[in-house]
Amino acid sequence: MNIQTESFLADPDKSVDLNASPDWAAVGKPSPHESAVLHVSGEANYTDDLPELQGTLHAALGLSQKAHANVRAMDLDRVRSAPGVVAVLTAKDIPGLNDCGPIIHDDPILADGLVQYVGQPLFMVVADSHDNARRAVRAAQVDYEELPAILTPEAARDAQSFVLPPMQLRRGDAQAALAAAPHVLRGTLNVGGQEQFYLEGQVAYAIPQEDRGMLVQCSTQHPSEMLHVVAHALGWSSHQVRVECRRMGGGFGGKESQSALWAAAAAIAAARLKRPVKLRADRDDDMIVTGKRHCFFYEYELGYDDDGRILGAKIEMVSRAGYSADLSGPVATRAVCHFDNAYYLSDVDIRALCGKTNTQSNTAFRGFGGPQGAIAIEYLIDDIARELGRDPLDIRKANFYGRNDAEGRNVTPYGQKVEDNVIHELVAELESSSAYRERRQATRAFNAASPVLKKGIAITPVKFGIAFNVSHLNQAGALVHVYVDGSVLVNHGGTEMGQGLNTKVMQVVAHELGVSLDRVRATATDTSKIANTSATAASTGADLNGKAAQNAARQVRERLALYASTRYGGAPEDVRFAGDRVHVNGEVHPFVEIVAQAYLARVQLWSDGFYATPDLHWDSKTMTGHPFSYYAYGAAVAEVLVDTLTGEWKLLQADGLYDAGNSLNPAIDIGQVEGAFIQGMGWLTTEELWWNSAGKLMTHAPSTYKIPAVSDCPEAFSMKLFKNSNVTDSIHRSKATGEPPLLLPFSVFFAIRDAVASVADYRVNPALRAPATGEAILDAVDAVRAAFGG
Amino acid sequence: MSQPIRFHYRGAVHSVTDASPTRTVLQHLREDLHCTGTKEGCAEGDCGACTVVIGELQDDTLSLKAVNSCIQFLPTLDGRALFTVEDLKQPDDALHPVQQAMVECHGSQCGFCTPGFVMSLWGLYLKREDSGQQGAPCRKEIDDTLSGNLCRCTGYRPIIEAAQRMTELPPVTMAREPVTDALRTLRRDAPLHYEFDGRRFDAPSTLAQLAELRAEFPDATLLAGSTDVGLWVTKQLRELKHIIYLGQVADLQQVAEKDGMLEIGAGVTLETAYAAICGHYPQLNEMRQRFASLPIRNAGTLGGNVANGSPIGDSMPWLIALGAEVVLQSITGQRTLPLDQFYLGYQKKDLQPGEVVAAVRVPLPRPEVQFRTYKLSKRFDQDISAVCAAFALTLDGERVADVRIAFGGMAATPARALSAEGTLRGQVWDEATLEAAITAMEQDYAPLSDMRASASYRMRTAKNLLRRFWLETRTQAPLANADVNAYAALQTETQA
Repeated sequence: MNIQTESFLADPDKSVDLNASPDWAAVGKPSPHESAVLHVSGEANYTDDLPELQGTLHAALGLSQKAHANVRAMDLDRVRSAPGVVAVLTAKDIPGLNDCGPIIHDDPILADGLVQYVGQPLFMVVADSHDNARRAVRAAQVDYEELPAILTPEAARDAQSFVLPPMQLRRGDAQAALAAAPHVLRGTLNVGGQEQFYLEGQVAYAIPQEDRGMLVQCSTQHPSEMLHVVAHALGWSSHQVRVECRRMGGGFGGKESQSALWAAAAAIAAARLKRPVKLRADRDDDMIVTGKRHCFFYEYELGYDDDGRILGAKIEMVSRAGYSADLSGPVATRAVCHFDNAYYLSDVDIRALCGKTNTQSNTAFRGFGGPQGAIAIEYLIDDIARELGRDPLDIRKANFYGRNDAEGRNVTPYGQKVEDNVIHELVAELESSSAYRERRQATRAFNAASPVLKKGIAITPVKFGIAFNVSHLNQAGALVHVYVDGSVLVNHGGTEMGQGLNTKVMQVVAHELGVSLDRVRATATDTSKIANTSATAASTGADLNGKAAQNAARQVRERLALYASTRYGGAPEDVRFAGDRVHVNGEVHPFVEIVAQAYLARVQLWSDGFYATPDLHWDSKTMTGHPFSYYAYGAAVAEVLVDTLTGEWKLLQADGLYDAGNSLNPAIDIGQVEGAFIQGMGWLTTEELWWNSAGKLMTHAPSTYKIPAVSDCPEAFSMKLFKNSNVTDSIHRSKATGEPPLLLPFSVFFAIRDAVASVADYRVNPALRAPATGEAILDAVDAVRAAFGG
Repeated sequence: MSQPIRFHYRGAVHSVTDASPTRTVLQHLREDLHCTGTKEGCAEGDCGACTVVIGELQDDTLSLKAVNSCIQFLPTLDGRALFTVEDLKQPDDALHPVQQAMVECHGSQCGFCTPGFVMSLWGLYLKREDSGQQGAPCRKEIDDTLSGNLCRCTGYRPIIEAAQRMTELPPVTMAREPVTDALRTLRRDAPLHYEFDGRRFDAPSTLAQLAELRAEFPDATLLAGSTDVGLWVTKQLRELKHIIYLGQVADLQQVAEKDGMLEIGAGVTLETAYAAICGHYPQLNEMRQRFASLPIRNAGTLGGNVANGSPIGDSMPWLIALGAEVVLQSITGQRTLPLDQFYLGYQKKDLQPGEVVAAVRVPLPRPEVQFRTYKLSKRFDQDISAVCAAFALTLDGERVADVRIAFGGMAATPARALSAEGTLRGQVWDEATLEAAITAMEQDYAPLSDMRASASYRMRTAKNLLRRFWLETRTQAPLANADVNAYAALQTETQA
């Protein structure tokens, strides 16, 4: 484990240089997604596509219609007598623990007496068809005694209503720094939440097994967590439950903890009825029931000098946690740890509050609080620039972390030293390649001549910490089997949600064994193969599981090398595996031949592998430590056109540069960067979650909740990988790409703000909330006009 | 007596006798045929994961178009052909160029939306095959093709690239003759009458049959493109006891010019209707694209949009501004109404029992009328408008001789701004007149706040859209559409 050496297949420089990759090297190649052919032919199976066993029943959840209420009575007689209904279950029918919360046990599977949001599951109908179950649910009569509801983070703060105690990170003396600063900004900001909108909704299919066992086929990023929740709900031991997931139709964090409700409910029904039960949420139920990205409300004070350098910052962030804790604590922690983004902040006082509200329990979503932390500092830097009449890029540069100890300014507020800083070079490269300065001038010229339409441009950087903040989660396991015919099967604890994890892990294994990629196959994630896995989350999928698979494959290879050298002479460390061949003592043998011979010689041709990320620690009380294995960097430039009469806008061009280290698969990594850019742009622009005054989410389907569509991707859209190699010994010195690029479209938001500011000759800071919908943009335009005197 | 639903599927006639008439094509595929390549993402025609291609004979020629299978009822397939993603691979198991291009361009990540994208792209591939177009499709054509497909993973760039790449790969031509022959054999002498489990589906083939059925069953549900009625079933779980389907009524599929009007039959799809109208009014091109996604426009009808009369329907403002008429048919004959008199209140229309909307008549352009329509929504593709505006102005020198202003999203029905119009008539078309009209609009509308926009935004933008119209049409130094409309500007920039 924690193997610090590079692959012995080739010298490190060669194995990681994409262009110089030898033919046999599997890593670094832009191989297509392992399931691409299955995807395009409709042959890739998702949970709901699996052939149903005879006797399969279908469940649907009955949901609370009130935001906060005591349930006086539930009349479910009409539900029971509805066509096709087999059973109706309530909290009382749960044999074990009625909880699906990942950390704190405050998340009932089925509400018992108290409902805390519109959409909270109250009962479950099991029927002979999906349609009958859905129809039956609507026949319920529930008598509610309504209680006051808290619906916004501001209201939660005012009512001191929190799901967890406040968190605070202090360094230096922010108060004194603010008092001494020549300039101080004070204000508030609202940044909205975001629905994950995985295209495949939540689904679980529970199949009873002999001797009190349960197999749960489930669309989840966290099979082990599903196993725990199912076992607890049934009052069983973990070894009675098996959870399997071949692939998800998208996860984005929404299937990290919140697939548990569906898995548990299906398993409870299946155990009770001793029949297979499938629970598939239709889109509306999915969006009404499950949590989303946390929206944040910020109140800040920030002091800076005449050069725009930040001297002190004090910020209170209040998130809308929803009715239960779920992952709100770790999300807030990451928000606190990313308020700095790429900037050195000497004196800070960061406070994070997890507001308890009568809404869906918000959860993980790509970025996991990081984007919410970082956007606040970017907003403030944007303000400073306008106050000083400067290009925001210059203010950003003035505040970047130092490159090394000599420069100083390289320790984060939480105490981790930034040892791999490439933000200076990366931003400089993008500034030049995108002709940012010239185009910025051009927008000013355009705006002077254009009375209605205004252009805006912005460049924003990203620094993002990679690893789970909670150190013990940074572990992974894998199994590699080499069969007698030379084919290879790899299984690992990570889950495939489209991010290409299986492809990368297969590449690592192929590379390690010196075989072609088509010799390697990855299987479904299965809790009976790899136990105690961590969620595929925090961008760590390839880092952790790639290393674990490498470790397993390496053990097999070392055994083969030992066998080959014993049989053919030479030293085992001189045996080379490349191009489906084994080079031993001057001879070349097909890989298949050596494998077959080794089998006959009774060599173990399969192995487990394990990895634990070294050097991580975190003190949650003081919010200090070394929580991250390394940082990933990036930057993007966006140029927009805004209609100042309606607030409608278009992205004209976006260019980005992302530091994927030595990319394991540039095609997959570019795909991650582009996808994250557009997804993050949706968060900050068109994707608006809207609850009515009674607390009901009214944007609960794609007809009302607008994720970016095809024409939102500009023709001029260029996301590139920055040439770099991870300073940390990550898998082939690559870097994670899941989450950090989601921050790249900050550039879009600030380009819009730049365009809005043009209506007042860039002299007023537009109060622009996120998402910057047409309405939010028009509000900002009108406010800026009013402030500027019409 | 109930007849079986028959359609062409997997190279053979597929017959159904035991499904509810409101069973969707998607449910039938996934749950009855266990053919799971086609996915459900939303069950409301908004995500495109369920996209399939439907073939039908039009003038004895095979017409193929992509639609959302999640909101199409199974009996509407009668006499048609159904193609799903499983049909695309070649007999030797090789991928179709559309699929191959998606693989080569890394167009799938999670893959769940992919079958839908593949089918939309196949629709484009077939269309280009029909029209003999060569070379890669342009971005606008790709955007239009994929406007109904949501992808949450890729950010679309590789899929757009695949749409271009597919035309560079060795072509695969679809064998149309067997399908055409099969569809000929599926033609019915008598209209489809289907019953199952006490529910009924009638598909008359003539206007007279339709009128008779309507007279006999005034409470039956009229179904055309199913882009709204489909959601009554999939979302509201409504039980539709009896459906009368307009999709086989040949008389309703006509587009004709007569008496200075373009008459569009109530069964004509939005795509066909808008194509015909845009031929006369190029100002409607943006609306055509923004109205809805291509699969929705391939299914939905202009007649349905008008008959539905939603306050946020996007055709009514411009139809009303242009002075369009609606033709109502009953067993006793036809009557014609100006469209703005058709809407009496929220979801209330001047429609007698037994009457159906048979056609919409749109006046042909007159050179003296300046006409614009604008839509505002959170997203460009496939979104419902917050505000939709239309203006038709006739100037006499500098003065307003006539003006018609209509809005959607501002009242319980699509409605004219009569006060604003009143302040404009006879006045000089200058900024002072504009300001007076803008003030007067507050008398015309009291919009609501909802998830699409606040009342304040609706009122402010309604006024600003009138301002935009004035900027475009003022007599002194008018601005181009591309100077006041970000989308138009982008099109211009792209062409340049």
